[in-house]
Amino acid sequence: MTSELFTLTITEARERLVKRELSAVELTRACLDRAAAIESRLNAFITLCPREAIEQAEVADRLIARGNCSSLTGIPLAIKDIFATRGVRTTCASKILEGFVPPYDATVIERLRAAGAIFLGKTNMDEFAMGSSTENSSFGPTRNPYDLRRVAGGSSGGSAAAVAADECIAALGTDTGGSIREPASFCGVVGLKPTYSRVSRYGVIAYASSLDQVGPFAKTVRDAAILLGEIAGVDPRDATCSARPVPDYEAALTGKVEGIRIGVPREFFVEGMQEDVGLAVRSAIKQFESQGCQVREISLPHTQYAVAAYYLIATAEASANLARYDGIRYGLRAEADNTLDLYNRTRDRGFGPEVKRRIMLGTFALSAGYYDAYYRKAQKVRTLIRQDFFRAFNDCDIILTPVAPTTAFELGEKIADPLQMYLSDIFTISVNLAGLPGLSVPCGYDRKGMPIGLQLIGPPFGEEIILRAGDAYERSGCVQRQPPPL
Amino acid sequence: MTSSSYEAVIGLEVHTHLMTRSKLFCGCSASFGSGPNENVCPVCLGMPGVLPVLNQYAVELALRVALATHSEVQTRSVFARKSYFYPDLPKGYQISQYELPLCKGGYIEIANGGESRRIRLVRIHMEEDAGKNLHEANYSLVDFNRSGVPLVEIVSEPDIRSAAEAGAYLRELRAILRYVGASEGRMEEGDFRCDVNVSVRRKGSDELGTKTEIKNLNSFRFVEKAITYEIGRQIELLEAGGRVTQETRLWDPNREETRPMRSKEFAHDYRYFPEPDLPPLEIDGQMLERVRAAMPELPAERRRRFQRDLGLGAYETAILTEDRAIADYFEALLNGGVIGSKTAANWTMTEVLRIVNETGKPLEEAVPPAAETRILLKMVQDGVVSLNAAKNAFSVMCKSGQPAAAVVARLGLAQVSDEAAIAAACDEVIAAESAKVAEYRAGRDKLFGFFVGQVMKAMGGKANPKVVNEILRQRLQS
Ligand SMILES: [Zn+2]
Repeated sequence: MTSELFTLTITEARERLVKRELSAVELTRACLDRAAAIESRLNAFITLCPREAIEQAEVADRLIARGNCSSLTGIPLAIKDIFATRGVRTTCASKILEGFVPPYDATVIERLRAAGAIFLGKTNMDEFAMGSSTENSSFGPTRNPYDLRRVAGGSSGGSAAAVAADECIAALGTDTGGSIREPASFCGVVGLKPTYSRVSRYGVIAYASSLDQVGPFAKTVRDAAILLGEIAGVDPRDATCSARPVPDYEAALTGKVEGIRIGVPREFFVEGMQEDVGLAVRSAIKQFESQGCQVREISLPHTQYAVAAYYLIATAEASANLARYDGIRYGLRAEADNTLDLYNRTRDRGFGPEVKRRIMLGTFALSAGYYDAYYRKAQKVRTLIRQDFFRAFNDCDIILTPVAPTTAFELGEKIADPLQMYLSDIFTISVNLAGLPGLSVPCGYDRKGMPIGLQLIGPPFGEEIILRAGDAYERSGCVQRQPPPL
Repeated sequence: MTSSSYEAVIGLEVHTHLMTRSKLFCGCSASFGSGPNENVCPVCLGMPGVLPVLNQYAVELALRVALATHSEVQTRSVFARKSYFYPDLPKGYQISQYELPLCKGGYIEIANGGESRRIRLVRIHMEEDAGKNLHEANYSLVDFNRSGVPLVEIVSEPDIRSAAEAGAYLRELRAILRYVGASEGRMEEGDFRCDVNVSVRRKGSDELGTKTEIKNLNSFRFVEKAITYEIGRQIELLEAGGRVTQETRLWDPNREETRPMRSKEFAHDYRYFPEPDLPPLEIDGQMLERVRAAMPELPAERRRRFQRDLGLGAYETAILTEDRAIADYFEALLNGGVIGSKTAANWTMTEVLRIVNETGKPLEEAVPPAAETRILLKMVQDGVVSLNAAKNAFSVMCKSGQPAAAVVARLGLAQVSDEAAIAAACDEVIAAESAKVAEYRAGRDKLFGFFVGQVMKAMGGKANPKVVNEILRQRLQS
């Protein structure tokens, strides 16, 4: 039986832990054993913390024995290596943070700790979250559990793969342009990007500050709702974090979707979309209709400009956010005779090619004489995209789209062609630009057995309705989960 | 052409620390004088993933500066990132304000040869300070205590026409900053810094000449000297048929000249863009009213009042109002209406400022409370002590902290005003010096001083000279 413990959901594990049919140490060990067995093939983790995890599990078991349980007591989680974790090296998958051990926890880590969660380790990602395949990691790529020749998606590929391969019960990621939803889709798990400002960004290593948002990976929509409830809410250390009260997301999962108006944007069913993806999404639409939803076509006319606007805004912010990695105070420092060489050599050795590309792009977009043509114009496009969505939400309650135009592609397939790679996020990027919540739910498999994801987009702070719809879809049983062939 | 056919066009950019307890974006202490890197945290060290949170008190102090300079507070201002690499700049950018500053416009009134002139302001904005590099022989160290300390930058229009006006502007601005409690304005200690833009043009011309920017000015004297030097240099250049190059120049205090900065030191494209980690700063009417209600009287108003209501001259007024603490002290001496404004003004300007300058301490530590000083001045007025004795007593009071009465008694400074005792001493002198009395009565008026001296000597110097004069004159006439 122990060999299957790692397949439990949060809800299932919590029930068995509280009834003391299962100990936190057993559950944690099961996950760690599973990771030990498959990590050499998957590479989902940058850092595993078995000793610390078992210690945390022992504490959890003592708390459970005293009947002193919090919502996540004893639940083993994997954490994207973008979150500052006190005392545990935090790399952001970059050489430039070599040896960096933060003396502080990210706010979400603090909250999960307080809720009793166990941290198994830090997961792999694209360096500084820049990428859609986790191939831009200085620790090597993460492989897709459904096909080891394929990518796990990115940038939070390690967290997605770890959940899909049952190396953890659930995980935490970040999403700037699709970095939770796309890997969730590629790995066949649930991924949620909350409304911008819903979750604190304090201690989350910044890529693009106006777009970055923290969210959960889980095996079920319900688990994602539970995790969101723990991490969301106001934070005095993040001035951009919303003070809006946090609703009971689990209570929103009523299973009832009757009357919900679903908008399907015509711009999202593009040429070049993989046929199986289109079929799976259309069949999901039928399923919602059969459950009493009203489906209507809508238009988001500025969608075609989203990728361009995103790559100007995100890279501009990144060019400043990454300026702090200068070799002076922490991380990698190259030997040099003067300050300028110190900067140049440190940053040349520390950053990978995609990070350099984006820093240069962003630096250019902000340069004197180009600012208006690039950065300012991109901000105007962003406003138009946001207005598209707000107009659309007059006619519908949620918007349904594919997560990505294809299923997971092969390792190396797009790495040499950044533009092709950037198009992997074509359906997710505009959601970040508009600051909206987006949920990725598995909706089938292509003919090669690779998972396909469905994206449900809500209005600002509309997490409850997209979670309710996702949960109802999941519960309808129209998609039978296939475990990865590991 | 001579230099008198040119006029200078000068604008000043002043950076000053705000006197907050904590830094602008984190909870670290903003105080000076701690050991290196004692006042630091992940936020002001620019560690990965940390975020700034705005110090509301810093905003309040900046608003006081705005209200005191008639600057227009913007209901919505935006922080921006100013990017450049420097080891003392931990994030690789400084959080400042750029397109949308906290305040626009305003003016500072300066006195210029009896008439007052308005120097207009362009803007006032908030920003954070950087750390400090310490260069050793073959390595450098960085102290981040100052990193994130709040600053306001106050930018003037190019309304200033001379070095003297620049000095007057800076002194007035510093007085305002001190009055509203926004800043100490200590230039030598680096919490009040000034960059100068200078150009020259033919008198009567509306066009602006090419300007140079002068940096590294850490005293008012240097600002004035640098401006004078730079005006002269530019005129000389133009007169010789040359052209002024737009550049940044450094003041060299040893050689007393400006010289061009190496181009590498200022060739920056700062790539400003709105700071995504901070929401726009919204100032509502309520907050502004709250700050306005708590505003103290400003130097200009106080000067008007001192001249109009207290009958003080322009010179005395200027000295007494430059520092709020001095002006407060002077006014406290007037409380109760016992001491006249001239007496209080003279005492403050001579004795109080002397002690403050000698000790280098802040006023409230250097001198006794005004109530004690008032008692001493009352003794002078009542003839209990002489003015000279009171000055001695005051010095002792400042050092010992003892009350006026105790010091006067301990030092035996009280004058004898008892008429009987003084009359007796006068009679003794007149009896002993009969020859001189005869001479005096014959018309040698000058001898009067001699008799006074003899009486004072007989009474150990403590007789009230006024009483001595009266009695002697009476006795010698008869
Ligand atoms: Zn700090």
